[in-house]
Amino acid sequence: MKIGRLKPPLPRVGATLVAYFQMIHVIEIVNLHKAFNKKHVLQGVDLQIERGETMVVIGGSGSGKSVLIKHVIGLLSPDEGSIVVDGVDISHLRENDMNELRKRYGMLFQGAALFDSLTVWENVGFSLMQHTTLSKEEIKEKAKQKLEMVGLKGVEELMPSELSGGMRKRVGLARAIAMEPQIILYDEPTTGLDPIMADAINDLIIEMKKRLNVTSIAITHDMVSAYKIADKIAMLYEGRIQEVGTPDEIKRSVNPIVRQFITGSSVGPIKAV
Amino acid sequence: MTDTVLAGTMFTKTLAYIGGRTIRLMGDVGRGFIMFGQTISWTFKLPVNLGNIFQQVEAVGVNSLPVVLIMALFTGMVLAIQTYTGFKRFNAENYMGPVVALSMLRELGPVLTGLIVSGRAGAAMAAELGTMRVTEQIDALVTLATNPVKYLVVPRFIAGLVVLPLLTVIADSTGIIGGYLVSVHVLHVNSEIYIRMTRDYLELNDVFGGLIKACVFGIIISVVSCYKGFFTEGGAEGVGKATTGAVVMSMMLILIANYFLAALIFR
Repeated sequence: MKIGRLKPPLPRVGATLVAYFQMIHVIEIVNLHKAFNKKHVLQGVDLQIERGETMVVIGGSGSGKSVLIKHVIGLLSPDEGSIVVDGVDISHLRENDMNELRKRYGMLFQGAALFDSLTVWENVGFSLMQHTTLSKEEIKEKAKQKLEMVGLKGVEELMPSELSGGMRKRVGLARAIAMEPQIILYDEPTTGLDPIMADAINDLIIEMKKRLNVTSIAITHDMVSAYKIADKIAMLYEGRIQEVGTPDEIKRSVNPIVRQFITGSSVGPIKAV
Repeated sequence: MTDTVLAGTMFTKTLAYIGGRTIRLMGDVGRGFIMFGQTISWTFKLPVNLGNIFQQVEAVGVNSLPVVLIMALFTGMVLAIQTYTGFKRFNAENYMGPVVALSMLRELGPVLTGLIVSGRAGAAMAAELGTMRVTEQIDALVTLATNPVKYLVVPRFIAGLVVLPLLTVIADSTGIIGGYLVSVHVLHVNSEIYIRMTRDYLELNDVFGGLIKACVFGIIISVVSCYKGFFTEGGAEGVGKATTGAVVMSMMLILIANYFLAALIFR
């Protein structure tokens, strides 16, 4: 991988230290700023995510959660600040290097974002088709395995338009894990699903973490889901992280902004527009 | 006092409006050219995605064929009637063959094919890419470490470039045949003279000039439509706007480019 050469040459002690911190912090977001036209969406986000951890970012609609997660995979580049993944600042990587890195990511989109001109198995095997030399049969077999991992059988030949919302999300998840990623990003994984399907997706997210040993970032405003899947929860409001803590710490938080959000009240410092 | 203030605001508002539109237009042109450049550079990078290219050739070419055939046939036929009416007034019916063929080869074949394909395939490209944008499928491509310009735009670009000249050849021949049939069988022009005149007065340049035009139109259609689709914003309404915008803009650009190409190639 080419990423390595971007690291500054360090003496051995330094290198060991860097390696040590890399082990702890897979993703480190520092002072991230992003504005669209005149709307300053992110105003200095700082957030660290440790290896193997599931970080859930909560926040209201339009609080910039999606913008934040899109920075982590290089869909957006920051106006200011940096995103460091495994010791590499990805905010100004060249496209080739970024793509090498992206092969270690998986992302589940809110609406699953399946390619509707391809069948289910072609969707799941998309990156294998693009980035490996495996034969069509091998890819199909792998796609089947991944689909089974998310609890789907016999849907390989269907088109995405023939699937229900929950199934689409599962296929999206199967596609995200097809390249055996180290980092999975979930954009509102339970939004738009009925409570039972939402819980099934939550279980899948937990299972993925256990089986693949991945680091995950999820953004959601579904508190049930957040409590269930999170190792840590971070609350994003007015462009900054207001508080980070374990689900229990968040439940006991005295911060009025966090309290209002997790109790789902329209009365408090957050104005419902 | 109030009058001058009012005039002032009116004036500045007008200026701001014109300025805003100009900035947006320039932004569009700039982004369009950037996309064109990226498309060209990705076109020559391996691996070539043959499957996608064939799919697009089918979408742009094969599916446009019936419309192009009907358009060309009837255009050639009406061309014969009108030329005949005009030429009969100074007894020059025998010279109508080359006129019909020239009009078809130089202008009507490539231009009408371009307009039809922009309405049919260009609209489809813009709508498809626009939908992919608003449903985050383009973002998904990026997260799967695949360049969306290479995966989506390049095949459409190649298809436009290859298919437009092919369709134009078909349109040209159909139109000329239609013109011949009407001239000879309806208007009773002498068949032998018609064919000989056409052969004598046509140059190979007439054909090639038309085909060069067709290539340019193919590029215009694919780049404009992909650009409009690629930068769609705002859900279903945005897709609608992008589609309309793509068709209107490619048609306008085709007609404008047509003049300059004609001036350049045929003089």
